[in-house]
Parts: sequence; C-alpha cells; structure tokens
Amino acid sequence: MMFKLLGWRVAQAAFVVLAVGLLTWFLVQSLPGDMAWRIASGRYGYDRVDASAVARVQQELSDSLQQGSALLHWLFDLLQFNFGRSLVSGEPVMDELRWQLSQTLALAGSSLFLTILFTLPLGIWAGCHANGKLDRALFWLSALLKSVPHFALGMLLIVLLALQLDWLPSAGHGELRHFLLPSLTLALSLTAVGVRVVREATYQVVNSGYYRWGAQKGLAPATLLRRHGLRNLASPVLTWFGMQFVWLVEGVVVVETLFAWPGIGHALVHAIFARDVPVIQASAMTLGLLFVLLNMLVDAGCHLLDPRGARA
Amino acid sequence: MTISFSRLIGLLLLCLLLGFAFLLPLIHHGDPLEQDLLQMLHAPSGANLLGFDHLGRDMLPRLSAALRLSLGLAALCVMSALLAGVLAGVFSALYGGWLDRLLSMLGDMCLALPGLLLVLLLAAIAPDSPGMLWLGISLVLWVEFFRVTRATLRPIVQAPGMQASKLLGFSAFYRFRRHLWPALAPVLTTLTLFSFSSAIMAVSALGFISVGVRPPTPELGLMMTELLPFAWEAPWLLMQPVIALFLLLISLNLLMKEERK
Repeated sequence: MMFKLLGWRVAQAAFVVLAVGLLTWFLVQSLPGDMAWRIASGRYGYDRVDASAVARVQQELSDSLQQGSALLHWLFDLLQFNFGRSLVSGEPVMDELRWQLSQTLALAGSSLFLTILFTLPLGIWAGCHANGKLDRALFWLSALLKSVPHFALGMLLIVLLALQLDWLPSAGHGELRHFLLPSLTLALSLTAVGVRVVREATYQVVNSGYYRWGAQKGLAPATLLRRHGLRNLASPVLTWFGMQFVWLVEGVVVVETLFAWPGIGHALVHAIFARDVPVIQASAMTLGLLFVLLNMLVDAGCHLLDPRGARA
Repeated sequence: MTISFSRLIGLLLLCLLLGFAFLLPLIHHGDPLEQDLLQMLHAPSGANLLGFDHLGRDMLPRLSAALRLSLGLAALCVMSALLAGVLAGVFSALYGGWLDRLLSMLGDMCLALPGLLLVLLLAAIAPDSPGMLWLGISLVLWVEFFRVTRATLRPIVQAPGMQASKLLGFSAFYRFRRHLWPALAPVLTTLTLFSFSSAIMAVSALGFISVGVRPPTPELGLMMTELLPFAWEAPWLLMQPVIALFLLLISLNLLMKEERK
C-alpha cells in the first residue's frame, strides 16, 4: 500500500517536470519577436527601449535557443535544476529562488499554523456540542465565508484593517506584523471549510460506540477526548489538510501578488509579464514539486496515524 | 418536487444576476467602455444607479458586462469539461482495458500541477486571449467529471441488468439512456454547480492578478484591482464587484447545499 502510494507520487513529480518543460518549450517556440521586446522593456524600462537593445536581446535569445534547441536537452537541464540566468535581472535563477522559496514557505507555514489554531479548538468544541449555539453560528459563518474568494477577502481586510482602522500595514515585509494580513487572509479562507471538516470528524468520533463506552466506564471528558478522540479524528482531518495543498499553492500565488510578498508566486506572475522563461520554469516547477512533496508527507503522516490503511 | 427554502433563495438570486447580466443591455443603452472624465468617481445618484469609476465610466453597464463575461466564460468552460469528461468516463467504464488506462493517465497528468499554475503557464504562452483561459480551466475541470463518471458507472456496467440488456440486443444509445444516465444525472448536477463556481473563481482570480483578460474589458477580478487604489475616496465602487461576485458564489453554494444530501 505504502509503496504503491509512493510510486504514484514519484510519477506525479515526473509529470510536473514534463508539463512545465513542455509548456515553457511551447512558450519559447511561439513568439520570439514579441519576447525580445518584452524582455528588453523589462530590463531597461518601457520608455527607454530602443531597437538596438531589442536586437541585443534577440541575439542572446537565439544563442540560448540554439544551445537548448533539442527538447530532450531542455528537459534534461530541468531535471538537473539547471535553470540558467534570469533574462531580466541577469542573476542566476537558483539564488533568487532559494530566497523566494523561504519567504513563500514562511507565509504558507504561518497561515497553516493560524488555520490549525482556528479550526481545531472551534471544530472540536462544535463537534462535541453538536447543534449548540456555537455550532449553528459556525455553520452560517462558514457558509458565508466560503462564498468570498480569497483575493476579495484579502482586499476587504486591507480596506478594513489597514485603511479604515489603521491597525496593520497593508504591504511590506521583514517584521512580524507584516505577516499578519497575508496569512490571515489565507487562514480565514481555509478555516471556512476546515472548521466544518473538523466538526464532522469530531461528531463521528463522539457518537461512535467506543467513545460512548469510554464515557460509560466513567472517564472524565478531558481524558476521554485525549485518549479516544484526538487520534481518531486526526486521520480524516489530516487527509483534508493534505487535499488543501492544491488550494494553498494557488492561494499563495494570488495573495502574494495582492500583498506584494517577495515569494515564488509573486515571482511567477511577474516573470509571466516579462516573459522571463528561466524564472517561469524555476518557480512553476518548484511550486509543483513542493505540492507533490507535501502530499507525500501527508500520505506518510496518515499511514503513521492509522496504519490500517487509507480509508479516505 | 418540493424545493427547500435555501435552494429557492439560491435560485432566485441566480436568476436575478442572470437577468442583470443578460437583460440589462436591452433596456439600458450605456456603453461599458465610454469615458467621461468629468464624471470621475461620481457617487451613485438617481440617474446613474451605481455611479462612475476612476475613468468616468458608468458602473451599471460595466458591472453587467463583467457578470456576462464571468457567467459566459464559466458556462463555456463547464460545458466543454462536462462533455469531454462524461464522454471519456463513459467510454472508460464501458470498454476498460488500455483505453481506460490511457484516459486515467491523461487525467492524472492534467492534475499533476495545481490548476491555477497550469492556467498561468498557458496564459504565458498566449497572453490576452480568453481562448487560453478557456482551455486551461477546462483542462483542470474535465478530470473531476471523468473520475466521477467512471467511478459511478463501473459497478453498473458489470451489473446483470446491463448485461441482460446487451444480450437482448438493445442499442448502445438505449443502454446508456436506460441504465447509465439515471445513475449519473444526480451526481453530475452537484458536480456541475461546483465546477461552475470554481470556474467563476478562477476567471476572477486570474483577472485579479492581471493575467486573465486585459483592461479595458470589464471583468470582476480586474475591476477590483483597478478600483483598489481608490478604496479610500470611493469605497462604494470597490464594493460593487466584490458584492456581485459574492452574490454569484453564494447563490451557487445555496443551490448545491440541498443536493449534497
């Protein structure tokens, strides 16, 4: 079972490399003339581009195209993480990537942490007291929040907390308070669905035979939850968190653009404007592989929690 | 057939938004692109119900055009994904073997990258084209239709009823209509609604990061980006596309809720 899952994840990683390689290959083949203009204006600014600058870029491009013109060669370079230099800044892509990756991971990690902080206590409480006041309030809140896309939510938070109340900075980077708005945006969107998932899982566990038998034995509620509840409800919750990584990767791209966070998603969107192929390749591939890797970790975690095999 | 309260509200809301998107141009002849700089950031009034944006464009026809684009593009994506996914799923369940394995592998390949990344890369190949948005979103959406169709139909294909039908010499179309479709229809309704709302979200998210449609085309996400700098002077402007998108998504969510059970 474990090996089958592992094999599937490895195949998925291969698909990621293949997809990114093929798509960027088409990208380079499709519009060389236009691309030189875009890169030149990315380098020198839109007002200062002239024909000689474009010609220079075109020369560089055709050189690099001749070197990498065989598709296999292209894919082989990708496999070795040999992305070359950024066409806009001229720096090696890997150096920038390392820094951006750490920023993205910090943002994603802090929002995941906030999500766990929100969902677990609220969801477990609501599941233990089904149909109570908090449970019903959470039901409606999460239904409302689910209908607000993350970028609209981020914007509303900016307008409310940064512009009207002036509590938090809307953009910026470096200090702890700069983390708050972007990660709160991602965390709130995740919480909207997550709290329902935790609540359902808790509800299932609390109403099962073994749990009521534990209560019958006379265990205190806290002990009962700790001994018989948490581990059993952890398995579906962890699976759900695993499925959210797709969402988190997509959300990071959008939220980083909104808050000008210097991470991979931001780099990817800007590289697409500037047609900076090496950066597009590197950032898309890193995000894709990161997604596969995190899924692999979740598979392993589920296996450790419940060695009977995946039920979800 | 009885209809629940929340579903009724969802249906009403959706009809209202559809009417606003598709019927407004018949009675209101404003141009969503025409600028009148003297009217810049003008607050809503009796003559212009939603006011003017930062370039003096009338918000009422703009919002209607944006909704038209979102609904139209999402409907197109969902329809092509539905058609491709269900066809592939039916063939895969009926014939199995190498066809099944090939189609499953294609589906896995489409989902190897997170959906938005695939669309972003496609948008990079051909910027400014709604065609690429359509292709990207459909490529992501069809997989779910395919997987659900295949999983629903597989046990039915093996069932004795289906085999008897085949032995009695009924046509393939009859067998599909009599045996497969009744099992498939309820599952597909929920999935279609869900895909519709994710397509709408994807279109506006791409517009929001300026990778989807380009200005001056009115689009909900793009309008939010354009109006964000004026959030201090004219908060009512920024709220309009946000509320429109919210209403659209909540109407779909309400419609879905009852189907789930």
